[in-house]
Amino acid sequence: MASSLQEGLLDPQGPIASAERLLLINSTAIMLVVVVPVIVATFAFAWWYRSSNQRASRDLSESYEERVEFVVWSIPALTVILLSGVIWIGSHQLDPRARISGTSDPLRVDVVALDWKWLFIYPDQGIATVNQLVVPAGTPVEFRLTSATVMNSFFVPQLGSQIYTMGGMITHLSLLADKPGEYPGLSANFSGDGFSEMRFVVRSAPAGEFNAWLGEARSSGSALDDVGYAELSKPSKAVPPATYRSVDPKLFDHIVDRTATGRDTTGMVHQGGG
Amino acid sequence: MLGKLTWEAIPFGEPLPILSGAVVGLTILAVLAIVTVKGWWPYLWREWLTSVDHKRIGVMYVCLGLVMLLRGFSDAIMMRTQQAIAIGPSQGYLPPEHFDQVFSAHGTIMIFFVAMPLVIGLMNFVVPLQLGIRDVAFPVLNSVSLWLTATGALLINMSLVIGNFARTGWWAYPPLSELAFSPDVGVDYYLWSLQISGIGTLLTGINFVTTILKMRAPGMNYFRMPIFCWTALASSLLIVAAFPVLTATFVMLLLDRYLGMHFFTNDAGGSQMMYVNLFWAWGHPEVYILILPAFGIYSEVVATFSGKALFSYRSMVWATLGICVLSFMVWLHHFFTMGAGANVNAFFGIMSSIIAVPTGVKVFNWLFTMFRGRIVFTTPMLFAVGFIVTFVIGGLTGVLLAVPPVDFVLHNSAFLVAHFHNVIIGGVIFGALAGIHYWFPKAFGFTLDERLGHASFWCWLVGFYLAFTPLYVLGLMGMTRRLQHIADPSWRPLLLVAEAGAIVILCGILCQIAQIYVSIRTRERRLDLTGDPWDGRTLEWSTTSPPPAYNFAVLPRVETIDAFWHMKRTGQPAQQRAYEAIEMPRNSPAGFITAFFAVVMGFALIWHIWWMAILGFLAAIAVVLVAGWSVEREQEISAAEIVQMERAR
Repeated sequence: MASSLQEGLLDPQGPIASAERLLLINSTAIMLVVVVPVIVATFAFAWWYRSSNQRASRDLSESYEERVEFVVWSIPALTVILLSGVIWIGSHQLDPRARISGTSDPLRVDVVALDWKWLFIYPDQGIATVNQLVVPAGTPVEFRLTSATVMNSFFVPQLGSQIYTMGGMITHLSLLADKPGEYPGLSANFSGDGFSEMRFVVRSAPAGEFNAWLGEARSSGSALDDVGYAELSKPSKAVPPATYRSVDPKLFDHIVDRTATGRDTTGMVHQGGG
Repeated sequence: MLGKLTWEAIPFGEPLPILSGAVVGLTILAVLAIVTVKGWWPYLWREWLTSVDHKRIGVMYVCLGLVMLLRGFSDAIMMRTQQAIAIGPSQGYLPPEHFDQVFSAHGTIMIFFVAMPLVIGLMNFVVPLQLGIRDVAFPVLNSVSLWLTATGALLINMSLVIGNFARTGWWAYPPLSELAFSPDVGVDYYLWSLQISGIGTLLTGINFVTTILKMRAPGMNYFRMPIFCWTALASSLLIVAAFPVLTATFVMLLLDRYLGMHFFTNDAGGSQMMYVNLFWAWGHPEVYILILPAFGIYSEVVATFSGKALFSYRSMVWATLGICVLSFMVWLHHFFTMGAGANVNAFFGIMSSIIAVPTGVKVFNWLFTMFRGRIVFTTPMLFAVGFIVTFVIGGLTGVLLAVPPVDFVLHNSAFLVAHFHNVIIGGVIFGALAGIHYWFPKAFGFTLDERLGHASFWCWLVGFYLAFTPLYVLGLMGMTRRLQHIADPSWRPLLLVAEAGAIVILCGILCQIAQIYVSIRTRERRLDLTGDPWDGRTLEWSTTSPPPAYNFAVLPRVETIDAFWHMKRTGQPAQQRAYEAIEMPRNSPAGFITAFFAVVMGFALIWHIWWMAILGFLAAIAVVLVAGWSVEREQEISAAEIVQMERAR
């Protein structure tokens, strides 16, 4: 892992995270223009007008200046008008659902939050992984996300935006990793006793390596069938990464349906259900 | 017979809860024993427990808040220690099932049983005095409010020893807080203690709206009210509008948990997103319920200790009312990451940042009040200046979080934790502490020790920055909140600094305890005989310290804002007319007894002891009815008695 100040948002590895960091810096800069003078003035006034200072010129009569009043309202108002533009444009550009324009077709990944691990289904490739997400570098990844249990939040700080995963509901998110590398991911919404170990690794690999990994995944490990899923969805903590050589590409939709219709609420989908 | 309650509810096998429970229990027993041995019960009962005097009730609220601050703070130290230890291979000393209770209790207690009682207590003590009146509109109701709040606090502390507290975080989001995922009594402790204390808070809101709108001293029109009364009015209006939302939301969650309904469940058409919306529809106004009165305190403190009138009183009032209205239009910024569309997110982001305008105006007005003033650095003024600097930083990070794409990477992070502690400690807690130091001489007739007050301020300020600056950085580095275990060893140095900060804040709290002790011991030397120790501007300083039960022997006649200041300048005595008999409310045990039965009912509901719940409920209602039908609710203090009392001062 990188050294201490080269992490998370401070070290973005994709266009979304970079844009968000830039937005963070710009917004901070806009506000500092007002905030720094205010802090300096606070210290300056507090120091200069202390009662023991003989040199301060004072005016204790209740003066009230309309011009000052005007300035007092317009400074924060102008700042906020500027920021509102930033917010409006930023919210639309970085809408989690917005597609990322890339040179290659996006990779689709379905994400299911379980107690307390992440299941990643590659519907087009027919494989699945747990607590490990391998993606081709430079390729946009389009996520559909849900939860088979309580609310979680899918978050890879170095790639950008997080989004909630909720039972019976599908959220959407697009991310892209610029370069090959390994980036930590986590759940950012408290989900119970195993929450702090609900971590995973995103491995961004060059296209060739990704394809090799796919081939390897398809030929090893077990298949994620209903029995396997029922076993997997039982609560467990600090689960090591694993791959499944095959998976029903409709598993994600089944999980959403099952959670919504309430065949069960314990996070365990029973065999043959749905 | 006893519902779910068995001996297994008491965690004998686990040293931590038993130990902390024992400490709390023994402390309570020790206090009760001392009171009994010293024979203080009649005095306590007569003068405090049954008192309907707004000043006594205010003092009791503040005491409740300070005692619960100790509880909430010990939770904080436990969390900081766990996060400083449980890094890499170490799992620390708190397993998840304990750690999760600790942070849930910390948040719940600090918001509902520290910040709220402190703010409401100061409102109780100060508002009638500033309005130049003798009590609030409904004095007995006021006592009921206090004791229902205390009921909630007691129930939460019972969960230390009997059963357990919620492990859901202080928002208790479903489906985690539903029966399927939290089958034990923890969430029920959370829900019932907040339901019962929430009723108390709602009654307070009604009481203060009525008091401020209907009961001001002769001549005090709205634009002559002290600014603190304006902020108390805004805060009470928000309570009346927002708390029913919370109560209704919790009723739905309770129906889910107790009767198997599906308002917020994962299945059968329940919507967890609805809970999140409703919770924050209360939750964001709640932030302003807390901070607006704190703004009022700073306004009073800055004006008094700068020797100047508050700069631009009118824009202060409009800024307060603006925040009051806007606070209902921003709730969605607590969950930009739920997947709403860009237009929705942008709208709520912009609305949230617009709140920075009236808030910014307030900051500028405080600055211009200090400008060309004669600033005396008493403890309250130090807290006010410390607040301005700290709060501006908290405001900046708050507006950052209001930018939706920035929130996408900082939501639920340590950065967010740092932000709201920045505004709650730097805003609400500093404000409450400033207010306590400022009005203490009015309440007790002697001032607090300034040296220890200064020491306490510096510890709080330095401790705050040490504890929370690292969290800002850790949040940027990708650390999320509520982690029982930290995987990345490179975060250790910053977590250790945060722990050190918590210890410095602890020193600040110890300084305050020492300050109260020393001040009581040396009170003979620090008596406030003038009633006006700070050269104050508003009416509370025109009466004696402490004020008589009736506050003002003759109601003051108000002709300007800063009424007392002008009385002093024009030489017009505050009270000059002939004394007349005064009708004052009689003491009433209704509040205390209602609360007793509310504890019985709440405890029984938590443990499914239905017969006891029904009995407790009926008894509480009966007490309220009896109190409501009693006719002898007032007593008259004759003019002769008043002359005598006024001479004795």
